[in-house]
Amino acid sequence: MKSELRIRTPEGIAFAYPLAGPVTRCMAWGVDLAVILALVLATGKVVAVLSIVSPDIASAFSTISFFIVSIGYGVVTEWAWRGQTVGKRIMRLRVMDAQGLRLQFHQILMRNLLRFADLLPGCYLVGGLAMVLSQRAQRLGDLAANTVVVHIPKHAEPDLDQLLAGKFNSFRQFPHLEARLRQRATPEEARLALQALVRRDNLEPDARVRLFADLAEHFKTLTAFPPEATDAMPDEQYIRNVVDILFRQRATAPGRSAGKGAS
Amino acid sequence: MIIDLPRFITAERPSWTELEKVLDRLQAEPGRALTLDEAKRFHFLYQKISADLGRIATFASEPELRHYLEALTARAYAEIHETRERGRRFRPAPWFFAEFPRVFRRHVGAFHVSWIITLVGVLFGGFAVLLDDEAKEAIIPEMFANHLGDPAQRVAEEEAGKKNGVSQVHASFASSLMANNIGVSIKAVALGLTYGLGTIILLFYNGVILGLVGLDYIRAGQSVFLAGWLLPHGVIEIPAILIAGQGGLLLGKALIGHGDRAPLAARLRTLAPDLATLIGGVAVMLVWAGFVESFLSQYHQPVIPYAVKIAFGGVELAVLVWFLSSGRTKADAAGAAEVRA
Repeated sequence: MKSELRIRTPEGIAFAYPLAGPVTRCMAWGVDLAVILALVLATGKVVAVLSIVSPDIASAFSTISFFIVSIGYGVVTEWAWRGQTVGKRIMRLRVMDAQGLRLQFHQILMRNLLRFADLLPGCYLVGGLAMVLSQRAQRLGDLAANTVVVHIPKHAEPDLDQLLAGKFNSFRQFPHLEARLRQRATPEEARLALQALVRRDNLEPDARVRLFADLAEHFKTLTAFPPEATDAMPDEQYIRNVVDILFRQRATAPGRSAGKGAS
Repeated sequence: MIIDLPRFITAERPSWTELEKVLDRLQAEPGRALTLDEAKRFHFLYQKISADLGRIATFASEPELRHYLEALTARAYAEIHETRERGRRFRPAPWFFAEFPRVFRRHVGAFHVSWIITLVGVLFGGFAVLLDDEAKEAIIPEMFANHLGDPAQRVAEEEAGKKNGVSQVHASFASSLMANNIGVSIKAVALGLTYGLGTIILLFYNGVILGLVGLDYIRAGQSVFLAGWLLPHGVIEIPAILIAGQGGLLLGKALIGHGDRAPLAARLRTLAPDLATLIGGVAVMLVWAGFVESFLSQYHQPVIPYAVKIAFGGVELAVLVWFLSSGRTKADAAGAAEVRA
């Protein structure tokens, strides 16, 4: 079973979606079952009111509503929310076309109706087995409908300004050392330092101090800045200065920047 | 090599935002067609973000930005490269009266296989009850237990009005029939995933029950009652189950792929819309059959003469045959020509 769905566009761009595993999908299904149960219980209240008027119509309403809720819940929610049910929303999962194209209604209908075969002989045994054996973690319904279930991480535009803007960087006084640091730092090292800054508030105080100490020590081995630039500087500030150098080039002429923005 | 990330984001952000707005609009209004200028702009933005993603993937940058651009590129890719018809507003009448019969005819070979399997089951059930009286009890499931007794006695009770109270609970009886039969139809299609084997077993078993019950009534001299009871709803219900079987067999055939060089995913991709149409059409037929069974089939002579019920069933059958086979359109001919090509 692969862990991601890779798509290569004719433009030569490749991107990947992490595939949802059986456990996450099982948890999402558990949530959906609870929602279906709640809906059925809610219709039970309506049935109770209807039975005062006509027990026959109340019974018919009960049968039809149970049938529609159990069959239609997945179809309606996945169509309305572009591949998501309540459980999938909570678990950050989404049904997608296996080729990355637009999800069609008939695909949603088929994958939900064919769930019956996946449920055999009970407890999703066939579907679970199919997911484990399938290269794209597809149950039989997904296979027939040509869909996959992927994990959707949060996609927000990064905000570097709040990390770096307006801070004095003493390293900028040594342009030749700046250039050396840029030359010696690999993209992975640069990314690591940036991620440490982005996630610094999520760290325990001790872990935060240790992490930035380790990072600072490492970057000092790449390029040593003179003591007047680093005196009494906390490790975290040291890494902030490094990231500023790696990700933000020296200010250029205003005209050049504006020209690029207009292109 | 490191790029100037903030400047890159500042310069490119307007394009990303514009593309996001276009995509949101397209998803909110699936039926909306872009003008030529809008399409050109959309294509330009897609190429631009593809280039941005290519650039950011080569250089050091934070994963959040790459994921954001990937997600946007993926959405635009899905819209740009989708060659299937954009989801139009669903129109029930043209779908049921034109599309459903057309799809049925397109795959009529599987329907023939479906009724032949059922017929074999009917013959097997008939022979079983002829050869062994105990076969009825051994084969008929719990839900049809009312057919286990003597047919003549049941007919006498039905005609005397000593029924199980169905006449008082039409709506609930109809709804349970619809839910049960639509459920069976969904199973018939879903079992196509067992390479059609499960569908074949289900069709055969349905045929066995039909043959067993039918011959039991005929043997007891109750043919007229049987026709009057079965025809009004059966002429719709049985073909509906057969069409569901047709869907299951098509699914099995697509999985096996005999005589089709297209890859499995392509075969299933082609078939899925037709399967959805077939199961939708079957559901409509079974809703009608449920009403007829509850509100008409359960009334017997002298309330409703058998001749009337049989005639009603005959008319229904004629209309169904006309509905499914007539009205061949230019689209059918064009489709056939395309398949031949």
